[in-house]
Amino acid sequence: MAARKAPERPNVSKEELLKYYREMLLIRRFEEKAGQLYGMGLIGGFCHLYIGQEAVVVGLEAATKEGDKRLTSYRDHGHMLACGMDPKGVMAELTGREGGYSKGKGGSMHMFSREKHFYGGHGIVGAQVPLGAGLAFSDWYKGNDNVTFTYFGDGAANQGQVYETYNMAELWNLPVIFVIENNQYAMGTSMKRATKSVTLYGRGEAYGIPGEQVDGMDVLAVKAAAEKAVAHCRAGKGPYILEMMTYRYRGHSMSDPAKYRTREEVEKIKTEKDCIEHVRDLLTQGGLASDEDLKAIDKEIKAIVNEAAEFSKESPEPALSELYTDIYA
Amino acid sequence: MAIQVLMPALSPTMEEGTLAKWLVKEGDVVKSGQIIAEIETDKATMEFEAVDEGIIGKILVAEGSAGVKVNTPIAVLVEEGESADAAVAAPAPAAAAAAPAAAAAAAPAEPKAPVAVVSKASPDWAEGTPMKTMTVREALREAMAEEMRGNGNVFLMGEEVGEYQGAYKISQGLLDEFGPKRVIDTPITEHGFAGIAVGAAWGGLNPIVEFMTFNFAMQAIDHLINSAAKTNYMSGGQLGCPIVFRGPNGAAARVGAQHSQDYAAWYAAIPGMRVVMPYSAADAKGLLKQAIRDPNPVVFLENEILYGKSFEVPDLPDFTIPFGKARIWREGSDVTIVSFGIGMTYALEAADKLAAEGISAEVIDLRTLRPIDYDTVLASVMKTNRCVTVEEGFPVGSIGNHISSVIMQRAFDYLDAPVINLCGKDVPMPYAANLEKLALVTTAEVVEAVKSVCYR
Repeated sequence: MAARKAPERPNVSKEELLKYYREMLLIRRFEEKAGQLYGMGLIGGFCHLYIGQEAVVVGLEAATKEGDKRLTSYRDHGHMLACGMDPKGVMAELTGREGGYSKGKGGSMHMFSREKHFYGGHGIVGAQVPLGAGLAFSDWYKGNDNVTFTYFGDGAANQGQVYETYNMAELWNLPVIFVIENNQYAMGTSMKRATKSVTLYGRGEAYGIPGEQVDGMDVLAVKAAAEKAVAHCRAGKGPYILEMMTYRYRGHSMSDPAKYRTREEVEKIKTEKDCIEHVRDLLTQGGLASDEDLKAIDKEIKAIVNEAAEFSKESPEPALSELYTDIYA
Repeated sequence: MAIQVLMPALSPTMEEGTLAKWLVKEGDVVKSGQIIAEIETDKATMEFEAVDEGIIGKILVAEGSAGVKVNTPIAVLVEEGESADAAVAAPAPAAAAAAPAAAAAAAPAEPKAPVAVVSKASPDWAEGTPMKTMTVREALREAMAEEMRGNGNVFLMGEEVGEYQGAYKISQGLLDEFGPKRVIDTPITEHGFAGIAVGAAWGGLNPIVEFMTFNFAMQAIDHLINSAAKTNYMSGGQLGCPIVFRGPNGAAARVGAQHSQDYAAWYAAIPGMRVVMPYSAADAKGLLKQAIRDPNPVVFLENEILYGKSFEVPDLPDFTIPFGKARIWREGSDVTIVSFGIGMTYALEAADKLAAEGISAEVIDLRTLRPIDYDTVLASVMKTNRCVTVEEGFPVGSIGNHISSVIMQRAFDYLDAPVINLCGKDVPMPYAANLEKLALVTTAEVVEAVKSVCYR
C-alpha cells in the first residue's frame, strides 16, 4: 500500500463530505450486520464483505449520472447500496427471502436492479468484464453518452477474458471504465504470488487504453480520478482503467481465516488508512461538523441497517411455486 | 506425358462447383503455381492454380459450367509436340484422385430437388401457401435480413461475418445492406465477444452471435450458460437476455475431432436456454426468426452439410415457427423414428428403404430440443409401439437417452420393444475417411435398428 499522498482536493463542500461519510458508513454498518446475521445462520452460503473498500464505490458513484450502468463481482453489497438500492431488499436477498431483490433466488452474489442500472453481482471471476463492455456497447449503439462502470479485483485481472475485452473495448471505442479494486489478495493469494506485472493500471497500455493508479482509501482522490475517466468516456474517447489501491479488512468470504496475512498488517491499515476515519477527520478538523453531528448520522445509519435486518428476518421465504418461475423471460 | 487437370475439392464439404472462368486458353503454356481458373464453391470464389507445368492441350469443361463434380477432368496438360486429342484419354493421377473421392463419400449427397414430405400439411403455414425452393443457407440469411430490417436493435457479430461475407457465406450481403455498425467483425476471441454480446442484450439490444463453429463456442460456454441462461432466474425475472448464438454444429467432413462435435445434448440440458436444431430450410428460416424475437437466450445449431441442401419454403413476407412443436415428416404405423438436424437425413432415407420392405415408419423431427415436444413423440409411440432415436452426438447422456426415459415413464405399457438410441460412436471423431464414416450414424444403421425393434 502506497502511503497516502495529500490528494489534490477538489473544492469540496461540507454537504459533499457529509454525503460521502453517510454513504460509506451505511456500507460498513450494513456489512457488519450482514456478518452478524451470517453468524446467526440467517445468511447462508458465500458472503463476501466490502468492509475497508467503501471509498472506492462511493467516490466513483459521485461521478455518475442517470443512465450510467455498473456491475461487479460477488463482493457486491457495497455497490448496490452506493447506487441507491434499498438496504431492505439487499439484506432480504442475503437471507434468501421473498422481499429480496431477486426474490431470494439469487443470494449475496446475484442481485440486480434495472431501475438503478445495477447489472450484478457475478460469481464467475472476471466474467463481468466483457459483460460490462457489452452494456457499454449498448450505449454506444444507441448513441447516448452514458458510461458503464465495470468493477473487478486484482484476482480477476489475471483472467484472459479481461484482455480480450480490453482489445475490443478500445477497438470499438466503448464507453466503459474498468475499475480494478486492488485489495491485494485474490482470496488467499497475494499479488506478488500471482504476477510479476503488478502495475495493473498499466496493462491496458498494450491496447491503447489509458490508466492510472489511485489511492482507493481516499474518497476524494477516487472521485477526482473518476471524473477524469468519465469525461474521457463521455467524450467518445473509449475505455479507461482505474486501479484503486484498497484493502479489505475481513476475510475473502465468511469462512476465510485469513492466515495469509498478519494481524499487524490489517491493524496498520485500519489505523492509518481507514477511509471513513479520513472523512471524519476532514469534517471535524476542518470545523465542518461536530462530534454531535456525526453521532446523529451514526444513529440514523444504525436505524436504517436495523430496519433492513428486521425486514430480512420478517420477510417470508419465497413460495415453493417460485422454484419454477423466472426461468424464461 | 499428358496430365488431366481435375476439378478440385476446395472445402471440406464441397462435392461440386461452378467453373466460373478460365484464365488460360488452349495452347497457352502454364507454369506450376500459375492461376489458371476461378472456381466457385458454395462458400466462395477460389483461384485454382496449376500443379504441373505444360501446355493447355484441351479445355474439357467450358467456363460458366455449374455443378461440375469434384474430380471431373476439366482440362488436359500436354508436353511440347504432344497431341491434345490423344491426351483426353490420359489417366488421372492416382494419388490426386483417391483422396477427394473419399472426402466426397463421407458427406451425404446434396440432392438438387427439395426433400419430399410424406405427411399432412405442415402445421406452420396454411394449406395452399405458395412455396419457393431455397437452400438452408439462403433461408438463414433471409431470416436474419428480415429481422434486421424490422428491428434496428438486431445486429450480427462474429468472426468474418462482415467483410469476408461469412466463413460459410450465411451473412453474405448483410454488411452491404446494414453497414458495419450492425454487422460487426470481431477479433478471434470467442470468450470475450460472447460476454460483450450478453451485456449488450441486457442493455436492450438483440444480438445475433455467429460462432464460426460451435466447437469454438466452448471457449465462450461460461457466458452462454452462467451469464445468458441463468441470469433471468438469478435476478428474480428482472434481467432476461434476448440473444441468439448460432453457427454450424456437429461433423462436417474430414475435419477431425476438435471440429466435429455435436453439442445438442449439452445445451439442451440447461434450464433458461432455448435450443433449436433445424433440418429443413423452412424450419431454419421460421425458427431463426422466432429465435431472434424470443426474449430468452437461444442456441441455434446449424449444420455445414445441410447449408447447401434445398427445400420448399413458404413464400410469405413474414412467417415464424413456434418453439416446442415437432414436425411429422412422414406418417407411419410400425415404428416411430425420432430425430433432428442432420439426423433427419438418415431417418428419412431409412424410412424410404423400409417402406420398400413393407415397414411403415413414422418420422418425427423434434426441431427444438428445449423445449421438446414430448406429446407428439408419445402419441406416435402409443400408435406404433416402437421407437428408434437418431442423432449424431455422443451416446452417453444423449437426447435419445432422455427421450427413452420419458417414453419409459409415460408410455411403458405401449412399448413392444426396447427403444434403441442411435448416436455417433463413443470416440473422438477420427480423420481417416473410412473411420469417420464408421463413427457417424448411418442410414443402414437406422434400417437395422428399426428391423430389430420390429423383430424382423
